[in-house]
Amino acid sequence: MLVRAHLSIFLQQVLNGLVLGSVYGLVALGYTMVYGILGLINFAHGEVVMVGALCALSAMTALQGSGLPGFAVVLLALLLAVLACMALGLAIERIAYRPLRRAPRLAPLITAIGISILLQNLAMILWGRQYHSFPPLLPVHTLHFGGASISTVQLAIILVSGALMAGLLLLVHLSSLGRAMRATAENPQVAGLMGVNVDRIIAVTFAIGSGLAAVAGVLVSANYSVAHYYMGFLLGLKAFTAAVLGGIGNLAGAMVGGVLLGLIESIGAGYLGDLTDGFLGSNYQDVFAFLVLIIVLVLRPRGLLGERVAERA
Amino acid sequence: MSLPEALRRRPWVGWVLCAVALALLPFLVEAGLGRTWVRILDFALLYLMLALGLNIVVGFAGLLDLGYIAFYAVGAYLWALLASPQFDLHLPFWLLLPLGALVAGVFGLLLGAPTLRLRGDYLAIVTLGFGEIIRIFLNNLGAPINITNGPQGIAGIDPLRLGDWSFGRTQHLLGVALPATHLHYYGFLVLALGTMFVCIRLQDSRIGRAWAAIREDEVAAQASGINTRNVKLLAFSLGASFGGVAGGLFASLQGFVSPESFSLLESVSVLCMVVLGGMGHVAGVVLGALMLSILPEALRHVAGPLQQKLFGQVLVDPESLRLLLFGLSLVLVMLVRPEGLWPSPLRRPEKQSDEATAAD
Repeated sequence: MLVRAHLSIFLQQVLNGLVLGSVYGLVALGYTMVYGILGLINFAHGEVVMVGALCALSAMTALQGSGLPGFAVVLLALLLAVLACMALGLAIERIAYRPLRRAPRLAPLITAIGISILLQNLAMILWGRQYHSFPPLLPVHTLHFGGASISTVQLAIILVSGALMAGLLLLVHLSSLGRAMRATAENPQVAGLMGVNVDRIIAVTFAIGSGLAAVAGVLVSANYSVAHYYMGFLLGLKAFTAAVLGGIGNLAGAMVGGVLLGLIESIGAGYLGDLTDGFLGSNYQDVFAFLVLIIVLVLRPRGLLGERVAERA
Repeated sequence: MSLPEALRRRPWVGWVLCAVALALLPFLVEAGLGRTWVRILDFALLYLMLALGLNIVVGFAGLLDLGYIAFYAVGAYLWALLASPQFDLHLPFWLLLPLGALVAGVFGLLLGAPTLRLRGDYLAIVTLGFGEIIRIFLNNLGAPINITNGPQGIAGIDPLRLGDWSFGRTQHLLGVALPATHLHYYGFLVLALGTMFVCIRLQDSRIGRAWAAIREDEVAAQASGINTRNVKLLAFSLGASFGGVAGGLFASLQGFVSPESFSLLESVSVLCMVVLGGMGHVAGVVLGALMLSILPEALRHVAGPLQQKLFGQVLVDPESLRLLLFGLSLVLVMLVRPEGLWPSPLRRPEKQSDEATAAD
């Protein structure tokens, strides 16, 4: 009986971890694509996630009374958020990164931090400091199996993320656009000589990453049913950790890293109290991500699936 | 005889003028702008020390550290725990300051040892994670054993004290009344000048040249017989100990510490002081630190009343406006001057030769 109860708690933690992890994976893809091509940590990426969530929220609130069915409103809001974030991603690349491609390496990092602070405070001015709750547009059911439960929202998160990741992998490995992206990541100069329009490929990369970030933002706020101007920061940091864990620059790595990090966090936080006899509780959940990051970087800096990281001065 | 000519003949005249100006500054500022501004000057001097410490790591040795504020937090909490009613300990400052430097330095070693194999961006993220871990621990070590008092922080911290002379009260010297803010100004000024002196001497020393070599090309530095691991660790722990001292002083000035003073934004602000001013250039870093600690405060004081006057109401909260402009100016300055506002004159030839090789 006791074993059964333990098992169902464990199963619940695994499910929570999967939900959390698929969102991390989606955001991590944005970091890893940009890093793979530019060698730059796009610090503002977490903020793009936040903007996506808040845009979707505003769209939903505006469309709520329009008489459209709930499903259509959600899709429309999602589409709007994706478009807004793509535009934002393109603008960030154009304004803050493109002029600095030949500058000292710290310069684009500082502009990235600047953009991040800028977006956060802009969002605070536009949407206010308070937590916004998502309007309940779709009926939510809870499914039970094996003693654990999962809501339809959480199920949708796992399915949507999985589909998007699969789509991205197909795009990158099968289309000619994807081939150009891989070539640019390998060596931008040579790719340029082969007729790839490098500037355009970099812009497309930012647009795709930002679109995924918008979806992730909507999913994560649908899960907790709140959105907030500060939600992007920690999420971005953890997603970056996931990207590093999986091997930065590697798409499959970002997904594996995301899911793994989600599992580590939720299982770790769930059992930390029991392990330390109540001395450390689940309020240390956020420490896990950083501990994992430090351990991975020290033991295996290239990440789980990454190739050997070239030493660059 | 005009003033510039007098200065050329007797260079010490300039130093004396500077010293007099620095000594009179708090009184002038108080008369012109009020006592709050003297306090802002105190904080500017603290940030100056912090930025100089970070400059050792980032500017001299070229190691990007995004969790620098953690060492500041270690210093501040050390002082807070050992000189406050929290554990009813009241150690004197001459013990606390070196102890703060030592403990922060050890933390620097602990962080540095496993991470120094990493390069650039990776190092940045690990240090960032370390900074967050320290903050989360400070936030949560209030229970079950109360060490840091959790998010409430520790209050009632002892002020700086020289014998019977407390910096926390108004003191009289030669008939001049010196309030606490002024006393702290002079104390911090002496320490900040000392820090600047140490930094300049370090830069010109054998170690400083080793740091520069590592920054420019680590492999070549190693090939020239520099023990890169030890020298990098030294940069990390020295920078950390500077941060620890500044943290202790912060705790004593404020009389209160809480985890929210040590957020990532603070690390980023200090880094921005270093980068905006001109990495590796002590004078540039001083400029950056003073600018970024004083200008935003000025904006805070001006933005509210100005909006009131122009629009009849406060449209945008001055605090978020301050951060908004902070972010914007970071982007703009980097776009216009990627080397910083006042770059080191030494680095310019290095960069030009870089470009020459790149053009080949």
